[in-house]
Amino acid sequence: MNGAIEPAAAQAKSLALEPAKDLAKGDCISASSAENTRGNFAKMARASKRPLSPHLSIWRWGPAMFISILHRVTGSGLAFVGLGVLLWWLGATASGPEAYATFQGQADTWYGKVVLVGLSWAFFEHLCTGLRHFVLDIGAGYELESNNRWSALLPIVALVLTAGFWAILLLR
Amino acid sequence: MGNGTSIGRVRALGSAHHGAHHWLQQRFTAIGNLVLVLYLLVSFMLLPGLSYTNVHDWLVHPLPATAMALLVISLFWHARLGLQIVMEDYVHEAGTKFACIAALNLAVFAGAGFGLFSIIRLALGGA
Repeated sequence: MNGAIEPAAAQAKSLALEPAKDLAKGDCISASSAENTRGNFAKMARASKRPLSPHLSIWRWGPAMFISILHRVTGSGLAFVGLGVLLWWLGATASGPEAYATFQGQADTWYGKVVLVGLSWAFFEHLCTGLRHFVLDIGAGYELESNNRWSALLPIVALVLTAGFWAILLLR
Repeated sequence: MGNGTSIGRVRALGSAHHGAHHWLQQRFTAIGNLVLVLYLLVSFMLLPGLSYTNVHDWLVHPLPATAMALLVISLFWHARLGLQIVMEDYVHEAGTKFACIAALNLAVFAGAGFGLFSIIRLALGGA
C-alpha cells in the first residue's frame, strides 16, 4: 500500500523541486536579457540528470524507491521464511529434545546461519523502514533532502543493528 | 445501478468509515510486532544459552508463553495484511487473485493455529 504510493510522491516532489533549485543556482533567474536566458537553457540542456521522468516506465532511481522496494522484499521474506522458521522452532520445542536437536542441527550449518542472519537483517530493515512509514504517516519527512537522507541512512542503521544483535548474542 | 436520483445512487456507496480499517490494523499489528519481537530478541540475549532445556524452561513460564502467543497472533495478522496488498498489486487476473488471497487466509490461520497450539502445549505442561 505505502510501498506503491510513497515513492511516486517522492518522485513528484523531486520533479517539482529540482528544476527550481537548478534555476536558482544559475546566476540569472530574474534577469531578462536574451543572452542570460539562452545561457540558462544551455545549462539545463547540459544537465544530464534531466528529464527525470520522461515517461511512465522510465525514471531515475532515487533512495526512496530503493527503500520502499526493500520494505516489501524484507516483509515478504519475513512472512514466508521467517514465520516458517519461527513455527519450526516453536513446534520443535513443543515436540521434545529430539525434534529440537534436529532444528538446532540445521540452524548450526552454514546455510542455517545464512538464513538466521538474513532473517535478523530483514527484521531490522523492515523495522527501520516501517518506523519511517510511521513518520511519513503523520505527514513529516517528505522534504526532498530529509527524505533522501533518511532513505539512504536507514539501511545502514539496519545493518548496524543486525551486527550489534549478533555481537551481543555470540559474545555474551 | 438503478435509476434513482443522484443522491440515491451515491448514498451508502460513499465512505462507510471502514476504508482505513486495513490500514489501521497494519499499523496496530506493526506496533505489536515491534514490542513482541524485541521481547523475543532480548530474551535470546538474556537466556544462558539456546539449548532445548534453556528454551523449554523459559517458554513454559506464563509471561514468555503469553508474549509468544501474542507474537504469533500479531505476526500472522500483520503478514496476512501485508501479503494481501502484495497479491492485490502483482496478481492481475481476478480468479488467480481470489485463489491467492484464499490460500493466504487458510495458510495464516493454519500457521497461527500450529504456533499457538505448540505454545499452549508447552505452557500447560504437555511437553
